[in-house]
Amino acid sequence: MWLCDSSIGRKVVMSVTGIALILFLTFHASMNLVALFSAEGYNMICEFLGANWYAVAATLGLAALVAIHIIYAFWLTIQNYRARGKDRYDVTDKPAKVEWASQNMLVLGIIVVLGMILHLWNFWYNMMFAELIGDPTLGGLEATNGYGYIVKTFSCPIYTGLYIIWLAAIWFHLTHGFWSAMQTLGWSGKVWFERWRCIGNAYTTILVLMFMAVALYFSFCGGRLCDAACDAPCETVCNTVCNGDCSTCDASCNAACGGCEVSACGACCQ
Amino acid sequence: MDKNISFKLRYWRQNGPKDKGHFDEREMKDIPGDTSFLEMLDILNEELVSEGKEPFVFDHDCREGICGMCSLYINGTPHGKTASGATTCQLYMRRFKDGDVITVEPWRSAGFPVIKDCMVDRTAFDKIIQAGGYVTVRTGQPQDANAILIPKQDADEAMDCASCIGCGACVAACKNGSAMLFVSSKVSQLALLPQGRPEAARRAKAMIAKMDELGFGNCTNTRACEAVCPKCESISNIARLNREFIKAKLAD
Repeated sequence: MWLCDSSIGRKVVMSVTGIALILFLTFHASMNLVALFSAEGYNMICEFLGANWYAVAATLGLAALVAIHIIYAFWLTIQNYRARGKDRYDVTDKPAKVEWASQNMLVLGIIVVLGMILHLWNFWYNMMFAELIGDPTLGGLEATNGYGYIVKTFSCPIYTGLYIIWLAAIWFHLTHGFWSAMQTLGWSGKVWFERWRCIGNAYTTILVLMFMAVALYFSFCGGRLCDAACDAPCETVCNTVCNGDCSTCDASCNAACGGCEVSACGACCQ
Repeated sequence: MDKNISFKLRYWRQNGPKDKGHFDEREMKDIPGDTSFLEMLDILNEELVSEGKEPFVFDHDCREGICGMCSLYINGTPHGKTASGATTCQLYMRRFKDGDVITVEPWRSAGFPVIKDCMVDRTAFDKIIQAGGYVTVRTGQPQDANAILIPKQDADEAMDCASCIGCGACVAACKNGSAMLFVSSKVSQLALLPQGRPEAARRAKAMIAKMDELGFGNCTNTRACEAVCPKCESISNIARLNREFIKAKLAD
């Protein structure tokens, strides 16, 4: 099978899985933006992507793509390490046109995977996984309350910092990965090389900014007042503020939750 | 006339592929700026021989920048910091400063085992060419030059690809020890011309199979090869090779 046996075949697998993952990120980033405008809308998407068969099937497909991409990455790296020989140069002078990212894709990839594990722990474990094991309040909030989990996660500055590092690694990984994939698939040349690089840089930057916008918005503009009750869900805050009288609490509750708004505050504010 | 310079030369000594190897050092005095790098090494060897020591071994042949025999990794760059489009033999000492430390190493790659000192075995490239880097010739009278019309642009590009001298600087610079720039130039020079098309698919498959078999690495598009190529081969050749190869495999 040439996708395993030949160097170009192995690179084709990396390219195709990489492009598929970029498309997934595009979908994910678009979905995230909804959270900036509507908590209810965002939670509707979360409900749609809960433990439904199509969402689970898509998740498995995605996991397979990630697994193949990682396995091939290590496979290629080990082969390349051997091909380099055991002796290393005493003096090296990297040419200016060699991008830093292109020589550090594996390290960047490892940072991306670590960030992904954190992200799955913050969200997927509390949401889809919670529903799958039949414990919808596993993480303290309803499994479909994605908005609440965003507020909860980004109310903690350490998480915000880690997510920013993660997104920066993704940016570097993708700026090289994008044009490199096109080059490997043969869809490049003297003219298209520069075009793909430009398109790749613009696309990646927009993509990362979309993710970054949500992380920063919820870190600095939303959910700040929930800090104290971060570990406890927002309902607690709302209940305290409105003394359980939900009919009168809307304004103060929203203020207390600093933008968590209805969904994050659960039943109390509705 | 450039002024003379003195510098410290660190050069790699290694007795065969299994030997560990080490650097020898020597203070070179009053070397004229118009001396070529290889002539400077000749001066070094004269001195070594007169002292009854073993000369330093390095590859060289035409000393005109066209044969691709010289292969020295100088101060971290294959062929050293020459003017664009030049090999080690076209590197002149005026490019260095008085008091510099100049480090000379061999091409380091599993595909190019060291024979001795800075001379490496590049037979692997010949084997890749033997696998398919040719057009099966039908002997007989040559045709008229204009019997097969070829657009000027294609002819020029094929000529650019054919200018690869197979020195191996691409492999030496690549962190993956990949020979893709060399193979892609050799595939491209024929793939671009009508005479090369009938065997294009077979050629791409055979040359890649041989390249993989000989233990060269996988290309990760770092562009280090393109940056150091003395003949300015472009990585667009690699894209063309990928295209040829993928097309051939999908057609199988």
